[in-house]
Amino acid sequence: MLARFESGCLKLSGRLTVNEASVFSTEFLREYRAAPDRSLDFDLSALEAIDSAGVMALFYIQKKLDEKGQRIELKNAPENISDKIRLFYPRDEIRMPPPSQFGWFERTGDQVHQFFTAYVFSFIVLAANIFYWGIADLFRKKVRRKGEFVHQSVLIGVNAVFIVVFLTFVIGYVIALHSAGQLRSFGANIFIVDLVVFSIMSQMGPLITAILVAGRSGSSIAAEVATMKVTAELDALKTMGLNPLRFVVVPKLYACMFTMPFLIVFANVAGITGGALASSVYLDITPEIFINRMQDIMMSKDLYTALVKSQVYAALIVLTGSFYGLRVERGAEGVGRMTTMAVVVSITLVILADSILGVIFY
Amino acid sequence: MQKQKVVEVSGLYAAFEHEVVLKDVSFTANKGEVTVILGGSGSGKTTLFRHLLSLYPVKRGSVRVLGKDVTTLREVEQVELYHQMGVFYQSGALLNSLTVAENVALPLAQHSDLPAELIDEIVYMKLGLVNLSHAFHLYPSQLSGGMLKRAALARAIVMDPPLLFCDEPGAGLDPVSLEALDRLILNLKNKLGMSIILVTHEVSSIMRVANRVVFLDKGVVAFEGQLVEALHSDHPAVQEFFSVMKSDSMKELLK
Repeated sequence: MLARFESGCLKLSGRLTVNEASVFSTEFLREYRAAPDRSLDFDLSALEAIDSAGVMALFYIQKKLDEKGQRIELKNAPENISDKIRLFYPRDEIRMPPPSQFGWFERTGDQVHQFFTAYVFSFIVLAANIFYWGIADLFRKKVRRKGEFVHQSVLIGVNAVFIVVFLTFVIGYVIALHSAGQLRSFGANIFIVDLVVFSIMSQMGPLITAILVAGRSGSSIAAEVATMKVTAELDALKTMGLNPLRFVVVPKLYACMFTMPFLIVFANVAGITGGALASSVYLDITPEIFINRMQDIMMSKDLYTALVKSQVYAALIVLTGSFYGLRVERGAEGVGRMTTMAVVVSITLVILADSILGVIFY
Repeated sequence: MQKQKVVEVSGLYAAFEHEVVLKDVSFTANKGEVTVILGGSGSGKTTLFRHLLSLYPVKRGSVRVLGKDVTTLREVEQVELYHQMGVFYQSGALLNSLTVAENVALPLAQHSDLPAELIDEIVYMKLGLVNLSHAFHLYPSQLSGGMLKRAALARAIVMDPPLLFCDEPGAGLDPVSLEALDRLILNLKNKLGMSIILVTHEVSSIMRVANRVVFLDKGVVAFEGQLVEALHSDHPAVQEFFSVMKSDSMKELLK
């Protein structure tokens, strides 16, 4: 596009569209800013085309010149140009609605209030609901979906066996390996068994299993529930007279609480096996000696501690996953965000619960 | 006088797995007209629409949009073509993580070097055109179904594209909102000279806005021509589709 001064007015020719609007408005304002305060006519007779961006560029120039008390006058526009100007040129000054602004104090107060009402209270209510239906449906075979418990048990438990066994085996091996040097220097080789068995059975086995299940199944529960909410499947269940929690979450709770103790047993066996292998390689403690010593130090308390922990962790993982899944907003992006939150929060809650249970069962 | 063609489809076939969805589909859409693609459920409308937008590759036949054969376009040329097209999706397809204003501003911010302040004003004006200025700072999740559609239309026309594709814009709207949307589409055609390709089921919309009709039946073009001719077509599927028009009030309209 071309703009030149001709007999006291600015004559525009060519096209004034989205491609030219930026350069035209910026250049014009730079050149004209230093000019004396007066009005200026724009001759549009030679303008071939204009679009909404072009019209708004003219409006933008007028708005900037208003600040200096200057006016522009649009003249001699051909019909096709004046039609567009009539359509797009704002009749009044543009006053965009301001975004809602809150001060620091209000924001902090709101966040604290939100934390207790939208998170703590809602989590407790959801947990109460899920446990209520979980216990109620245990005795009502008719309402349980056929095959769902087995299906969920395979997804949450069976499919996690390999990764749980592999990682706890490696962890058991590494614990024994790093302790071997220290114990050898004190001549306390046999105590490697105590160390491995105690650390794996009371801490590492249950904790690593719970963290892996939270990462695998917690995220998938959150993503599944969130997607169902976004696609209105949960609404559909509700309008069909079905309780979405009973239908979607309760079978997962059963499956997770049922399979978690088995996973922890597998994890303990694998971890101790890894420790026994490292003890045999680095401290010459044969498997027979390892097993004999293990039988001496193992207590029934270790077993029921692991059982209690498994149930608490399983419940926390399912509750957190479904809680964040149900809180989803804003479509696809929200699903991703809630899935991440579910994993982070469930792992945090599992570690916190582990600390509390550790103190209780000390 | 020969009208300029904005869309030319010739001998288009499409199949998924072994199911043929479009069979030898050929039609044209003229510049400055509203061309409505009609048909019952499963007739291949959406597949045809996605071929026009180059979302499905053309495997057999040809599709020319704004004079360009989409099968031979390089990626850069395809992007240039997209700059000249506005697309209005049935679901609105607004990005939920952005506000309405950011959604509408997206094409301008990405494809022009306009200053942010000017972009905001253009967006505000475009939202004003669809009567949605008050939703400037709202997120799509805060809008009703009708508002979502209007916001999506504002985004589709923010670059003043010469060619606008609309996929069932009236789906789920009440008759009053639907009429307002149709008026808006007519304004875009009459005042901005936009060419519009519309996929819709809404008979009342078709009556209000259509210049030209392409009727698909089981993947085949059963009728192509002016709306008035379609109403008198002897093709059974077209007749059945327009049978709703035989009510007295519609007859009045037809006179």
